[in-house]
Amino acid sequence: MTDVTDVIVVAGARKRYGEKRALDGFDLTVERGTVHGVLGPNGAGKTTAVRILTTLLRPDEGLVRVAGLDVRTRAREVRRRIGLLGQHAALDEDLSGRQNLEMFGRLYHLGARRAGERADELLERFGLADTGRKAVKQYSGGMRRRLDLAASLITDPEVLFLDEPTTGLDPRGRAEVWSAVRSLVGGGTTVLLTTQYLEEADQLADRISVVDSGRVIAEGTADELKARIGGDRIDVVLRDADRLADGARALARTTGTYAVSTDVDRRLLSAPVADRMAALTETVGALHVEGIEAEDIALRRPTLDEVFLRLTGKGGAAPRDQREVTA
Amino acid sequence: MTTVNATATASTAPEGGGLGWALADSWTMTRRELARWARQPVQVVVGLVFPVMLLLMFGFLIGGGRGIEGAYVEFLVPGMLALTMAFGLESTMLAVTQDLNKGVVDRFRSMPMASSAVLVGRSVADMLQSALGLAVLIGVGYAIGWRWHGGPADFLAAVGLLLLFRFAMLWIGIQLAMVAGRPEMVQAVQILVWPVGFLSNAIATPESMPGWLGAVVEWNPMSATATAVRDLFGTPGGGAGATAGSWAAEHAGTLAVLWPVALLALFFPLAVRRFGRLSR
Repeated sequence: MTDVTDVIVVAGARKRYGEKRALDGFDLTVERGTVHGVLGPNGAGKTTAVRILTTLLRPDEGLVRVAGLDVRTRAREVRRRIGLLGQHAALDEDLSGRQNLEMFGRLYHLGARRAGERADELLERFGLADTGRKAVKQYSGGMRRRLDLAASLITDPEVLFLDEPTTGLDPRGRAEVWSAVRSLVGGGTTVLLTTQYLEEADQLADRISVVDSGRVIAEGTADELKARIGGDRIDVVLRDADRLADGARALARTTGTYAVSTDVDRRLLSAPVADRMAALTETVGALHVEGIEAEDIALRRPTLDEVFLRLTGKGGAAPRDQREVTA
Repeated sequence: MTTVNATATASTAPEGGGLGWALADSWTMTRRELARWARQPVQVVVGLVFPVMLLLMFGFLIGGGRGIEGAYVEFLVPGMLALTMAFGLESTMLAVTQDLNKGVVDRFRSMPMASSAVLVGRSVADMLQSALGLAVLIGVGYAIGWRWHGGPADFLAAVGLLLLFRFAMLWIGIQLAMVAGRPEMVQAVQILVWPVGFLSNAIATPESMPGWLGAVVEWNPMSATATAVRDLFGTPGGGAGATAGSWAAEHAGTLAVLWPVALLALFFPLAVRRFGRLSR
């Protein structure tokens, strides 16, 4: 028996398209009132999992329950309890923001009057009250995403599914969506979020499932996963390739590790760090004392590629997460 | 946030289902289309003007030289009415393709609404638009000299046959959109609709064509509708009795019912099944 506090339970879910196994024994448990991140590269099966959980796709086999209801046999009841923010804006572009929300409200059978009121409440809440009468196609990417999110919250769903909510958004749009998601969690909604960005899962999720090739390959809190895969790194690019050996020794000393990697072609040294600021200041100091000139010194989080490399022993097809903290 | 949470219970979707909600949802989906028209009046007008433009172009530019008894306009107007109904296929296909590609259908399908409402709403809206298109075209036809010579019952029967044909085109359009599913495919169909539409007796009689082509044209479902409509309108030299007398032409009235019904019998269940199988 599964615990009643588990809002999402997936066990051994499989889905294949011809020869391709989109889900290959997928397991997931999400506790009520938490944010769960599903992290993985393109094609890992994240979207397939969300589509099955939201009754858009039927699993070939396996147990899939949302709010205690089997998605195959009680799809309609599941639909009454969930909200979905899909990868593509699920809006009518030709209608206004308000018309969209009112239409969805009617389709949730709120009644005409209540649907209108609810549309106004949500526009207000997501800072779209001023633009509510404009056609959605005139909205910016961030506004569109917020309206899409508002549409998925019309009935205050028990479980909210966000499929790559910030993919394709600029940093400002991303920040807007993040703050909207954070404000939801306070209200007790359970959120399942898929993302390609380690940083996003780290920022928003209580627990993270790392998926690859249709199955979960690691699961835990962000800290637990980081401990498994290693934390931040320091990268140093030297001016002079002849000094790489000296630089590597200095870096080993300041970071207290033997795991300094050397890339001769890029004149790059890289090492894991425990204390970010200490490693940065000590490394700058040590290089200065040794008279080694550096072109660039940067602290960065492990890329999704590195996470996958460490968890699977192979390189993932993930985009490199290049948001670096440059010293 | 606190004010919103206070109203949370009031906005939880109620339980239930049944025909009442299926109708309510279908009406909501129809209203959606009407709201789109209201927001894009130019597009609606262009859609209505296009067949009028074709009618005027054929009527005045090349109408004069055609060997058809009576005014060519009398012959042409029923043909253009049928052709406009046939072209409705592509507008249905375009609308359904756009919905499917934009993810809005995913939202509908993840909601506790009657799933049939998506297709029913589309049908009602497209039929309303086509009825409006017929009215405009008939009005313009009247203005340039077309008349119907039968009674009001015949007139209504003709309009009924045209809308029946449009209804069949609608379900072919829905099915094609779900099978092809991409905007590029809509373009291909938009191009292919032209030869299929013009390989009919809409603008010229089959007798004026080479024999093999005439045979193809006579068996085109659109030709049956056009001929039957000419019969009901009492178009001089245009009805089944006035044509060369092939089986298809003589039984145009029957075929004008049978063809759309047969197409519907094929494409309606296919489209409904395909829509249900979006979850496969």
